[in-house]
Amino acid sequence: MSAAALHVRGLTAGYGPVTALRDVSLDVPEGACVAVLGGNGAGKSTLLRALSRTLAFHGGAATAGTVTFAGRPLHGLPPDRVVVAGLCHVPEGRQVFARMTVEDNLRAGALTAARGGRAAAVRRVHELFPVLAERAGQRAGLLSGGEQQMLAVARALMASPRLLLLDEPSLGLAPLMAARIADTVREINAQGTSVLLVEQNAALALRLASHAYVLEVGEVAIEGPAGELAASDEVRRRYLGVVDEQAAADAPAAAVPHLARWEDA
Amino acid sequence: MTTFAELLLGGVALGSVYALIALGFVVIFRATEVVNFAHASLLLAGGYVTAVLHDDIGFWLALAVGVAGAALVGAAVEFLVMRRYRGRDHSVLAIVTIGVDILLTTELARRIGTDVLSLGDPWGDAVVTIGSVTIAQTRIAAFLAAALLITAFLLAFRFTSWGVAMRAAAESPSTAALMGVRLGRVSLGAWAVAGGLAAVAALFLTVFPTPGLERTTSLAALKAFPAAILGGLDSTTGALVGGLLVGVTESLATGYQGDLTFLGRGIGDLAPYLVMVAVLLIRPAGLFGTKELARV
Repeated sequence: MSAAALHVRGLTAGYGPVTALRDVSLDVPEGACVAVLGGNGAGKSTLLRALSRTLAFHGGAATAGTVTFAGRPLHGLPPDRVVVAGLCHVPEGRQVFARMTVEDNLRAGALTAARGGRAAAVRRVHELFPVLAERAGQRAGLLSGGEQQMLAVARALMASPRLLLLDEPSLGLAPLMAARIADTVREINAQGTSVLLVEQNAALALRLASHAYVLEVGEVAIEGPAGELAASDEVRRRYLGVVDEQAAADAPAAAVPHLARWEDA
Repeated sequence: MTTFAELLLGGVALGSVYALIALGFVVIFRATEVVNFAHASLLLAGGYVTAVLHDDIGFWLALAVGVAGAALVGAAVEFLVMRRYRGRDHSVLAIVTIGVDILLTTELARRIGTDVLSLGDPWGDAVVTIGSVTIAQTRIAAFLAAALLITAFLLAFRFTSWGVAMRAAAESPSTAALMGVRLGRVSLGAWAVAGGLAAVAALFLTVFPTPGLERTTSLAALKAFPAAILGGLDSTTGALVGGLLVGVTESLATGYQGDLTFLGRGIGDLAPYLVMVAVLLIRPAGLFGTKELARV
């Protein structure tokens, strides 16, 4: 009951007449790292917005289903109560406050935190991301893409969340930077924060996660332990870009060009 | 030269009062992206409360109640009216504020009638003479009060959690919500602060050499519009510079009216708008405003 586990049951959400998520159920056990994979428009970002209760900002709404975290229902709460409950959502595309300094961005992340905890939280994120300490006085808009992503994650950590919702942290980053972000996510998870990771970069996500769900057109198509999914032909073909001859013969239409990036990322 | 110095100082003092009004305007715009056309009526409300109460409870207390009252009216407008329209188009909200302004101004104008109310300020028509330059005490008080309030506001905006929440909400409401910022509170706070600043400005718009609070005082407050707009609607620095620019322009244009008769009378009232148009022709986003940037 008190374990900080997230349970989503039958979640349905959409934007006006368009249903983006249909009857989605998933679990994030305490301390776990769970990945959600899927292509563009599969409903990954909608899922995270539904969890952080910010769908309304994008013209959407959750219409059915329940979300409980640590035994408490989250559906129906305003976004700030969700943050207080221990969920922090790092939105897609980083969304740092470009006109504010790095330091002020971190302060914005700590607005719900107790005053005394702020110094400790700053120390923690500066240890994880030393570059943010160097750039404390700089405007966030002047950081590189990778540094902005670090700042976005650090800003969310300032609220000391128990569950971190990450929306495509590797989006638009060079492979080396994506790998660094992945290392940090692993470290954050090892420090005891659960992670729900939404990614298009399936290879990266499956290496980090212990369990994974594949969303297709708003529904959970496949789920299972990350290792099993990584080994499954279907996932390899569709999301890992691995085409062996047998698979290619099975589905000539779905043949994807071999992309080396996914292998050495 | 003496005339010029007097006009300049008077203009700076007047400009700092406009800056106070413009600042409230900018605060609401930044926090909610709404152009608040009801600002002048908030000012009138604050001034009216002070004018009514100062005989009974003394000037300073009356001023405090006036500031609190205007802040309360601002908060009430946000809570009772603007909140119902949240998420609507910003232009719809701006038009709603016009409606609020008409309602408030009409009621206050009815109460004030044709009277000219004194706010009971302690300065009266006393002047200070430095060398050959004479300046009204009220102008000095206006400048000092405005400078103090603006400094306090900017420090709070920069260093307090309230300021961080406000700036975060101004930059991206949806991301700010992810940080746990309560947007309703930010917007409520912005309206209250704007109301309070407007009430102080009401005092200094109605003291000597102005006869007092009239129902047309809200028209004088409208000069803060060009101040806010020419500074850039979303810039606090812009509000200050714009306010000063408008104040000095008005003061000089009025003072040298005799030499400008070829332009007709009343050029002083017109000058702020001329400056605004000239600035916008060259810098459409205002002097310090953020240019509209779309990132794909």
